Amino acid sequence: MLNPDLHLNQKLFDKDVEQKATRDGFGEALVELGESNPNVVVLTADLSESTRTDGFEAKFPQRFFEVGVAEQNMAAIAAGLGLSGKIPFISSYATFSPGKNWETIRTTIIYGNSNVKIAGHHSGIMTGPDGATHQATEDIAITRAWPNISVFVPCDAIEAKKATLKSAEIRGPVYLRFTRDKTPIITTKDTPFSKEVEVYWINEAPKTVIFATGYMLYYALLAAKNLEEKGIKVQVANVSTIKPIDSKTIIKLAKEAGKVVTVEDHQVAGGLGGTIAEVLAKHYPTPMEFIGLQDTFAESGAPFELIKKYGMDEVAIEQAVTRLIGNQNE
Amino acid sequence: MDIPALTDEKLKELELKANQARELLIKMLLEAGSGHSAGPLGMADIFTALYFHVLNHNPKNPDWDDRDRLVLSNGHICPIRYVTMAQSGYFPIEELKTLRKIDSRLQGHPHRDSLPGLETTSGPLGEGISQAIGISLAAKLDNKKYHTYVIASDGEHQEGNTWEALMFAGKHKLNNLTLILDRNNIQIDGFTENIMPLEPLKEKYTSFNWEVFEADGNNISEFINVLGLAKKIFEKPSVVIAHTIPGKGVTFMEKDFHWHGKPPNQEEAKKALKELRTLQGRIISEHQ
Repeated sequence: MLNPDLHLNQKLFDKDVEQKATRDGFGEALVELGESNPNVVVLTADLSESTRTDGFEAKFPQRFFEVGVAEQNMAAIAAGLGLSGKIPFISSYATFSPGKNWETIRTTIIYGNSNVKIAGHHSGIMTGPDGATHQATEDIAITRAWPNISVFVPCDAIEAKKATLKSAEIRGPVYLRFTRDKTPIITTKDTPFSKEVEVYWINEAPKTVIFATGYMLYYALLAAKNLEEKGIKVQVANVSTIKPIDSKTIIKLAKEAGKVVTVEDHQVAGGLGGTIAEVLAKHYPTPMEFIGLQDTFAESGAPFELIKKYGMDEVAIEQAVTRLIGNQNE
Repeated sequence: MDIPALTDEKLKELELKANQARELLIKMLLEAGSGHSAGPLGMADIFTALYFHVLNHNPKNPDWDDRDRLVLSNGHICPIRYVTMAQSGYFPIEELKTLRKIDSRLQGHPHRDSLPGLETTSGPLGEGISQAIGISLAAKLDNKKYHTYVIASDGEHQEGNTWEALMFAGKHKLNNLTLILDRNNIQIDGFTENIMPLEPLKEKYTSFNWEVFEADGNNISEFINVLGLAKKIFEKPSVVIAHTIPGKGVTFMEKDFHWHGKPPNQEEAKKALKELRTLQGRIISEHQ
């Protein structure tokens, strides 16, 4: 069942569950930050409406910088602002930033230790009809490989807002990952946002623990509920902080369940799956299944069609659990 | 703040400082066993002019809020920055010997967190003007009066990021930013105009809404005068295209792109130092 201590959305499994895009949570947080902190500045590369920086722009035009289609310039200008006492947020599609401008960010923001927050939008195949050019599916891998950065992947619009507000409190670079389409609201304003891995679906004596990140947490929870109805007990944990990774809780949950499934809208190499595998390979080697993009690019299509075609929906997650448990019985 | 007038006495002092900087540079590169020779020698006069006459700074308080900012975009010429910083008192001259060695604050390319007094981290080309723009914008937002100078190489004008930055600075009329372009005509693989022609540079800058000045970057008094003019422009960002001779002061290194990225060996260093000592005598006699 849903963890009663976390104040989660009790209507989560309703057909008409409230939906909202995580980028909207980002946009709302920026406006709040603009009001509460005069040092917050925002930069965008010709994507202000689409990355939801337009609200900040309207209220704080002096602290908003439109750099045009120039992601490298955006990153390095932000680095200079961050070194001079400002808290810059740079906002674009993740394939361009931190994709196209990866080395610029590495040198000027990460190694340069500038207090810049990098907002990567249109992440994952959830980006849908735009096609694989615009679906960022490697951004977790390329940001978490850096030292000196925090990486947040919020599961819904409410958590997206909290993660954005939190990022401004952190002294140093932060990567924030957002999606375009509306996704189910999983949490409430009372749900804690911390760097710790939280168990959202709890069970006694679980057979498998599912670690999910981003909106894919919804599909993991759906799978858990369906499995429960079939008498298979699993736990589902939200990993909204990919870096620094909460190894302690991951190891504890893996020990309890003995089997692990990771769920993400990202390449399984280097993303959440890679992160958890690194932790467990060192501390507690555990049989694993990886749900995500399997070393391929996706294509244009409606988000849910893509999630189904590329084996990332709740059915695929249930099958992964069944495969793991089957192995146990062999 | 205006740049103070230059007396003949001060000019002599600066020329001698620049010559001493070249000597320290040769010794430093010999000790390091790797690093760049031509660019740093060519820029010795400009760095001396900046640290000893132009910049409003305090080596004993490198984080002073109102200091002028000196951003180095082409980070590979950092040895000359390290030398002139040490001469100014940011750290002991002795420490120059640690360049590029383990546990040193003097990284092969400048790392801001490693050494107080560096404004940015650089080396990968084309990123410094953008960083300087960010610093200038912060000054405007905070109503700070400090001036930001950024040094960029000619070769890095082949990077797209450079032009993104120039476009932005033109749009925002950043008059608290002055770019010093080290026009020495060489890059690793050869002469810039053979590798990828940059000319007409002046017209390119003008068309990007910059005010353009040109100066002999190895003539300290001319450079300081022109920089003073450039700072008077308040409707646009300004650039001083500083024509420098790569390897300046060491005849066998001058204008030879093979010296872009290598240090002298023992014998070459000896020869170079001998030549610089002769040059010192000439500077003293010229000012008598």
